[in-house]
Amino acid sequence: MSILLVVLFVGPIAAALLCALTPLPLGRAVSVISGFGSLGTTLALATTTRRHAVHALHYLQADALSTVFLLATALLYALVSLYTIGYLRGARLDTTPNSETVARHEHRYDRRLYAGINLFAWAMLMAPLVNGFALLWIAVEITTVVSALLVAFDGTNRATEAAWKYVLIASAGLGIALLGTILFYYAGAGVLGASYDLAFDPLLAHAASLPANVVRLGFTLAVLGFGTKVGFFPVHTWLPDAHSEAPTPVSTLLSGSLLAVSFYAVLRYFQVAVATLGPAFPRAVLLAFGIASLALAAFSVVDQRDLKRFLAYSSVEHMGILAIGMGFGTRLATVGVLLHVLAHAAAKGNAFMGAGALVRTFGTKSIGTMRDTIRILPWSASLFLLALLALTAAPPFGIFRSEFYIISGGLSAGHFVGVVALVALVTVAFGGLAWTATRLAFETRNDPSDHHGFGEPSRWLYLPPILGMAALLVLGVHPPASLLDLLVKGAAELGGGV
Amino acid sequence: MSSATPPPSVFDGIAGVIVVLVLLAEFGMLHATLLFLQLRLYAAQSFLLSVLAGVAAYAKHVPELYALAVLSCALKVFAVPATIRRLVGQPSQEIAGSGVLGVGTRTLLGLAVTAVGFFAAKAWHIHGTFLPSTALSLSVSVLLVSFVLMIVRRDVVSQAVGLFSLENAVSLASLVVAAAMPLLLEVAFLFDLLVAVVVFGVLIRTHQLRRRSFLTTDLTELRG
Repeated sequence: MSILLVVLFVGPIAAALLCALTPLPLGRAVSVISGFGSLGTTLALATTTRRHAVHALHYLQADALSTVFLLATALLYALVSLYTIGYLRGARLDTTPNSETVARHEHRYDRRLYAGINLFAWAMLMAPLVNGFALLWIAVEITTVVSALLVAFDGTNRATEAAWKYVLIASAGLGIALLGTILFYYAGAGVLGASYDLAFDPLLAHAASLPANVVRLGFTLAVLGFGTKVGFFPVHTWLPDAHSEAPTPVSTLLSGSLLAVSFYAVLRYFQVAVATLGPAFPRAVLLAFGIASLALAAFSVVDQRDLKRFLAYSSVEHMGILAIGMGFGTRLATVGVLLHVLAHAAAKGNAFMGAGALVRTFGTKSIGTMRDTIRILPWSASLFLLALLALTAAPPFGIFRSEFYIISGGLSAGHFVGVVALVALVTVAFGGLAWTATRLAFETRNDPSDHHGFGEPSRWLYLPPILGMAALLVLGVHPPASLLDLLVKGAAELGGGV
Repeated sequence: MSSATPPPSVFDGIAGVIVVLVLLAEFGMLHATLLFLQLRLYAAQSFLLSVLAGVAAYAKHVPELYALAVLSCALKVFAVPATIRRLVGQPSQEIAGSGVLGVGTRTLLGLAVTAVGFFAAKAWHIHGTFLPSTALSLSVSVLLVSFVLMIVRRDVVSQAVGLFSLENAVSLASLVVAAAMPLLLEVAFLFDLLVAVVVFGVLIRTHQLRRRSFLTTDLTELRG
C-alpha cells in the first residue's frame, strides 16, 4: 500500500474542514501547507509510478498516466493557495471595512473561499486517484457540484447565471457519461461476472473479449459526456461564462486543472476502446472533436473583449490540441499531449493569476480599458504577458515543446491534413493572443495621470506566477529525465503507437 | 413455428407497464403548470422506478435490488422533492408561462424524440438479464424527452427536474443492463445525486432571490 496515495486522499479534505472550522489565519496557513504538501507528495509518487502503478485501500491507484494529471492539479493547487492570500488582501485594500458587520462578512467570505478551494482541489485530485470508471464518474461529478458553488461565490447576477448554466449543462453531460459508464459495466460483466466493480485493470486485461458495439457506444457517450466538462465543441457553452465569472483563484483551477481532469476521464475510456476496437475509431472521434473545438476557439479568441473570457476560449483551444494529439496516436504525439497537460496548467494558471491582478487594478475585465499595463503593474503584467506568449507556443516555454512533439508525431504518422489544420488554427489563435498582448502591454492610456494609486496590489499576486514561469521554463528548456520517463510510460499506458 | 418468440411473461408485462408509466410521467413534467406538480410528477416517476426495482428483485431473485429500491425510494421520492420544496419555499408558484413552445408542439416534439430514442436503442441489440430490452429503448426515450424538457421549459425548477429525471432515465437503463452492479456503487451514485440536488436547490434559491422569478429567460447577460 502506498501511504502517499492516502496522504493525497486525506490531506486536502482535512484542510477544507480546518478552513471551515478554524480562524482565518490558521486556515490560510493550512491551505498553503496542504497545497505544497500535495505537490511534494505527487512528485514523490512520480518517482515510483514512472516504473509501476501503486495501489491503496482497494479503491485508490496511481499509474504514470494518472500521475501526470495529479501533477498538473497539485501544481496549480499549490500556486493558488499562495495566490489567494494576495487575491483576498488586494480586495480588502480596495475597501476599508466600515463596520464590524462588514468585517465579519468578509472574514466569513475568506474562510469559505479557502474551504471551497481545498475541497475543489481534493475532488480534482480524487479523479485521477480512484481506480474504476464508476468512482471516476463520481469524482468528476463532485468536482462539478463543488465548482458550481464556487462559480456562484460572488453572488452577483452574472455569477449566478454562469453557475446555473454550468451546473445544468455539465450535469446533463455527466448524465450521458453515466450511461456510457453503465454500458462499459454491461460490456465487462459479460466477461468478468456480475460482481465486477468497473476497476480499470480487469477491463483492460479483457478488453479484446468485450462486445465491440457496446464499447463503441459507451466510448462515444463518454466522450460526449465528459467532453462537456472538457469544453469540446459543441458542448463548451458553459465554459467562457463560468471561467469569467468565478473568483480568479477558482478560474485558475477551472481552466488549468478541471478541464484536464475531465480529459483524463476521456482517456481512461479511450484506453479500453483502443484495446477493444483498435485505434482507428477512438482516434477519429477525438480528432473530430479536437479540430472542431480548436476551430471554434481560434476564431473566438481573436474577437474577445473580456479578458477572462479570452483566456477561457484559449483553454478550449488547448483542449482541442490535446484531443488532436490523441487523434494522431503516435508515441511522440501522446508524450506531447501529456507534456501539454502540464505546460498548459502552468501557463494558463499564470495567465489567469496575472489577469486577476489586472482586473483588480483596473476594476474591469474589459480588454479595451486596460492599457500601459507593464508600467502600471511591472511584475504582474510582465508575467501575464510572458504567460500569453507561452500560450501561443512561443519558445522557450513548455507549450512550444509539447506542440512540437504533437506536430512531429502527427507528421510521422502521415496525418498531414490534421497537422495542417492544427498549425493553421493555432496560427489564427496566435494572432489573437499576440494582438491582445501587444495592446495590453504597449498601447498607452489617453490620460497618463489617471492612474495615481495604481501599483502591485500585493506581492502574493505575482510570487506564484514566478514559480509557474519557472516550471514552464523547465518544461520547455530541459525537462528532467525522470519526468520524460513518466511521460513515456504514460504514453505507453495509453497505447501510443511507435 | 419452431423459431417463434416465447410469449411475454407476467413479469415482462408488469415491467412493460411500469416503464410506459415512467415515460408518461416524463410527458407530464413536460406540461406541468405548477411547481409542486412538477415535483410530484418527479416523485411519482421515481416511485415507479423503485417499484420496478422491487419487482425485478422478487421475480429474478436479486436481493440487492430490494436495498436499492428502498434507498432509491427514500432519496428520490422523499428527500429530493422535500429538499427542493424547502429551498424554493413557494410550492404553489405557477410556472405555466415558461414554455418556449406551445403545448401541441411540445407534445409532438416529445413524441418525435420518443420514437427516435426507441428505434435507435433497438438497433443497438443490447439485451438485459433482468428486464426486457424494450425497457432499455424506453429509457433512451425518457432520456431524450428529459432533454426536451430542459430546453423548452425556461424556468429553473423545470430545468432542474428535467435533469433529475434524466438521471432516472439512466437508472432505468441501469436496471436493464447493469442491475447486478455492486450495491456500493449504486449507493454512491444515489448520494452523489443528493449532493447535486442540494447544490441545485441552493442555486435555484439564489436565482429566485436575486431575480424575483423562477424564469431563466432573463439570463442573457453572458454572451459571446
